[in-house]
Amino acid sequence: MRKVYSQIVPLNILDIDTDVIIPAQFLTTTTKEGLGEYLFHRIRDQDPNFPLNIPKYQKAKIMVAGSNFGCGSSREHAAWAISDHGIHVILACSFADIFYSNALKNQILPIILPEKIIDHIFEAEEKSEEYKVDVDLKEQRVTLPDGESFIFDISPYRKECLLNGMDDLEYLMSKESEIRAYFKKHPPLFDVDAIQTKDEDAGEL
Amino acid sequence: MRRNIIQKIWDAHVVERRKGFPDILAIDLQLVHEVTSPQAFQMLRDHKLSVFSTRRTLATVDHNVSTTRNRKILPNPISRKQILALRENARDFKVRLLDMGSGKQGIVHMIGPECGVTLPGSTIVCGDSHTSTHGAFGALAFGVGTSEVGYVLATGCILQSPSQTMRINFKGHREKGITAKDLILKLIEQIGVSGGRGYTLEYSGDAIRALSMEERMTICNMSIECGARAGLVAPDETTYEYLKEREAAPKGKKWEEAIEHFKKLPTDEGATFDREVEVDLEGLAPMVTWGTNPGQSTTIEGHIPNLKDLAPKDRDLAKRSLEYMGLKPGTPLNGIPIEYVFIGSCTNARLSDLKAAAQIMKGKKIAKGVIAYVVPGSEEVYRRAKEDGLIDIFIQAGVDFRHPGCSSCLAMNEDKIPSGARCASTSNRNFIGRQGPGARTHLMSPIMAAAAAIEGKIVDVRRIL
Repeated sequence: MRKVYSQIVPLNILDIDTDVIIPAQFLTTTTKEGLGEYLFHRIRDQDPNFPLNIPKYQKAKIMVAGSNFGCGSSREHAAWAISDHGIHVILACSFADIFYSNALKNQILPIILPEKIIDHIFEAEEKSEEYKVDVDLKEQRVTLPDGESFIFDISPYRKECLLNGMDDLEYLMSKESEIRAYFKKHPPLFDVDAIQTKDEDAGEL
Repeated sequence: MRRNIIQKIWDAHVVERRKGFPDILAIDLQLVHEVTSPQAFQMLRDHKLSVFSTRRTLATVDHNVSTTRNRKILPNPISRKQILALRENARDFKVRLLDMGSGKQGIVHMIGPECGVTLPGSTIVCGDSHTSTHGAFGALAFGVGTSEVGYVLATGCILQSPSQTMRINFKGHREKGITAKDLILKLIEQIGVSGGRGYTLEYSGDAIRALSMEERMTICNMSIECGARAGLVAPDETTYEYLKEREAAPKGKKWEEAIEHFKKLPTDEGATFDREVEVDLEGLAPMVTWGTNPGQSTTIEGHIPNLKDLAPKDRDLAKRSLEYMGLKPGTPLNGIPIEYVFIGSCTNARLSDLKAAAQIMKGKKIAKGVIAYVVPGSEEVYRRAKEDGLIDIFIQAGVDFRHPGCSSCLAMNEDKIPSGARCASTSNRNFIGRQGPGARTHLMSPIMAAAAAIEGKIVDVRRIL
């Protein structure tokens, strides 16, 4: 991912939790694919005016959301669903910690901008037929349709990962000898094999 | 340098720190369950990797297991697939699985402490946000996504940057009828559902020291509900007493050595935190949520706020919440009728929770028209509840006493609250649709939920204590 230029989809709601993003009934999958269809399933089902039900927003690659986006459950299914739907960038004035981390691992760029700017985007979008935003990861810049642009922050490592499609596994695997040395010095204090169990078919509780 | 307990644990687990990169953090224990692990094991298969340390990995089934008597035949075809997948993964990757009927199966955050693998000073992760529960033992424990579950399975480590630290000082002492659940709900109400974002919390103060391990678990469990990465309580004699003699905990000389190590963990005198918060327990009454996030709560003596009294930003959210909940601003919490009661979840399904609820229900019947589920958190709790006669008390009261699992907390299995029905619940989240599409959840303590079951409405349990 380097640049994204797209219409935005505005979700002007605070504290959107991962249960709302992808309800638990869809967590029974054993793969990552195909969850986009269930993104915001219940709200989409109940509210015909929910932005994702409106044609002009359906192809948007950039989502703009209220603060504390992605709070609640750690389910990475939320990031999988968003990514599968075709969203590459989320702008908000804050993200829940686990969601932020999950997003980055799924080629979604979560961008934190000051509340004032997010509010301005919501207002300006409402008044426009079309509202396209330009995101340049390399330059760490968001440019609004009126030409105004803002620099955002991202950790250099995470930026590298997104730009080059690299993941943590690669990096961790490259450190295998350091990791082995650490664990050799720190054996586990507990012993999982000491846990006594009944025969699985020992019957009722 | 003076350090707080969070910094001490973090520093002790840094394998490598490099400028511009997150730390490589060593994980002592990974707990695994059926819902957030299939894709992680698939990642191992795709890369032809094995589990880095099976000695540091423990699995169970909890999120979508049936809680009915015939649960072992896996009655639900959808959850069956994930349970079978975990069995296969555990077998192929030689991970210890505490399955149904083993006597040790249960909600992942209950079995860790019960077996004695949750130890002070350790780092613990699980693909579940309530992993913070293990913080009760002075462990740095937090939820991770499935990608990270896979990285830990493969390498024993994750890449993360340290969070900021916050000390929560509970001031004053709690009165009769005020439980650990009320303390944590009060904190979340006070700082909000994002008040802890970016932080790891240390819970402190005399009121915390006085809590049992089970109560400390209830507090730490809900750290994530104020947005915190994790929350913990420094270990003390209460901690050691609980852990001593647990099956997987160190024994003999090793235990003595471990204690010496644990005693160095508490925050140094004079060490600082990035933020300090005080929660005053003086005059605190039992807490009940009225909205659709755990911060939207007040005491049983209170009213649902009038929208004009809320900050402008919160108004729209409160309006939506109340529409969903079918409630009007200004309504007193006391007296709101309920149709369902759920006593269970990793927040409140331990033996002491069930005991407290049973005491309220003993010799009484639940109100007509109310359906009450009591779901023990583990097979161990089930066994103890049976031995102690709690199951009989619940059944005589008209409760549906079920088998262990996450159950109605997230309603992945058949234990759903019907649309539009109102539930007094001891779980941790009152999100829209959390207990089933359209279900309306009020979070509260086990004794408050038990009292609601008896009276058919939300009441002040202190009246009947």
